[in-house]
Amino acid sequence: MKLLTREALLSFRRAPLLSALSVTTIAFSLFTVGLFGLVALNLRQALKGLEERVEIVGFVLRGTPSEAIAVATQDISAFPEVKDVSYVSEEEALQRARNELVEFRDAYRDLQMNPLPASIEVRLKDGFRDAAAVERVAQRLKGFGFIDDVRYGREWVQKLDSLRNITGLVGLVIGLTFAAVAVVIIGVTIRLTILQRAREISIMRLVGATNWFIRGPFLLEGALKGLLGGFLSLVLCYAGYLLFRDKSGGTFGGLLFFAPEHMVLIVIFGVLLGLAGSLVSVGRHLRHV
Amino acid sequence: MIRFANVYKAYPNGALALKDVTFHVSKGEFVFLTGHSGAGKSTIMKVLFAEQKPSAGEVRVSGYNVNALKPTDVPRLRRRLGVVFQDFRLLEDRTAAENIAFALEVTGARTDTIAARVMRVLTQVGLSAKSRAYPREMSGGEQQRVAIARALVNDPAILLADEPTGNLDERATRGVFQLLRDINAGGTVVVMATHDLDLVRQTSYRIIEMRDGSVVYDSQMDEAQAEAK
Repeated sequence: MKLLTREALLSFRRAPLLSALSVTTIAFSLFTVGLFGLVALNLRQALKGLEERVEIVGFVLRGTPSEAIAVATQDISAFPEVKDVSYVSEEEALQRARNELVEFRDAYRDLQMNPLPASIEVRLKDGFRDAAAVERVAQRLKGFGFIDDVRYGREWVQKLDSLRNITGLVGLVIGLTFAAVAVVIIGVTIRLTILQRAREISIMRLVGATNWFIRGPFLLEGALKGLLGGFLSLVLCYAGYLLFRDKSGGTFGGLLFFAPEHMVLIVIFGVLLGLAGSLVSVGRHLRHV
Repeated sequence: MIRFANVYKAYPNGALALKDVTFHVSKGEFVFLTGHSGAGKSTIMKVLFAEQKPSAGEVRVSGYNVNALKPTDVPRLRRRLGVVFQDFRLLEDRTAAENIAFALEVTGARTDTIAARVMRVLTQVGLSAKSRAYPREMSGGEQQRVAIARALVNDPAILLADEPTGNLDERATRGVFQLLRDINAGGTVVVMATHDLDLVRQTSYRIIEMRDGSVVYDSQMDEAQAEAK
């Protein structure tokens, strides 16, 4: 193990330029992936704000006893998808209409009787705001006898849904493309190191080193480069994030940066990229010699 | 220890490097492989340390069947062999002692035994005073001695030497050759490929002569035939 680490570290000292190149390419590949991740992250955050407002409204038939409504409200709040349920009485509905629809205030004031029905407003839990879940809850609301009609922004929910799916998909495709590019670049740089050390490898083989023994230092080297590249890419991402946030003059003041677990994930991803790149080129070399 | 039976080796371009090569090497033998360049000496060496597989025929080395050697067995076979080349193949950025220790380290030898084992072989080849010298600070003969020490450090049953004196002057050649003879006297099988006929004639060791991939002369067979008559 000591030997392994020594050999891996030695390559940094022996070929500082090449090592720096490897680390930088990994950093830039991850930086690109990271930037896209940040965009996706913030887009998702923005969508989440919109989704918060996804609401299902069930209009209650006039004359429904309040006990029945209370029981139903209890039932509905026990649905796994439901975050909270509130009952809006006829009076409250009228009051709300007066406040919100200023233009019709006069019309509402002169009313002899309240034309607005009472309603049950249902807000859904995080993760249950997709079109399918909304539809499901709406159908169940309709099942209550005293519910006259159910309204929810069906199209709106579906659009949100597809927008989120598309960002996810585009992010995945671009991310994977860049990851593939990173693997190739790392493979090439490790291959250069290997060619540089071809003599040493041939001697190792000659004196009876196993293939895993020969691979070890290169894999560790790749992993180390991935680790460094991962950290560097985080620094770059953070710099880009700060720059964008400050230059935008407050428009994007609420921009998010990666959570700690995301950062760990990026660094781990860097290590995996480094390992994959070195495994590919070492494997190829060992087969050829 | 070594058994070649009707061995053929064809290269991808169809050229035959070995044609029907058969010979056996027993325990304690010293064998010269002679012949012009391209006669097949180096190919025999490469097959012996499993760098190449024979195309046909059977090759056994120190109990291993080279034909059917699994990739994981190649390192095991090589640990029972010592190999020395014309160009020494030392690592330039390591001292003599480090070059030898390298051979132990890569085979996973216990760290606390390495220094002592390295000194023992360095002493055996007469270079205990040069343990800290780098290859560029040593003469060709000294470098070849380091290479031999590296080959010996794993206590091989067989030492393969491919033109070990090819790059050396006459004096260094004599020294290295004497060293190989001493090693053989200790019980290690030595197979030495060379085209230095003066060296070959100095001794009464067995000679296998190659030409165009075939064995054209084997002094042991000759003796056996002579005895048969």
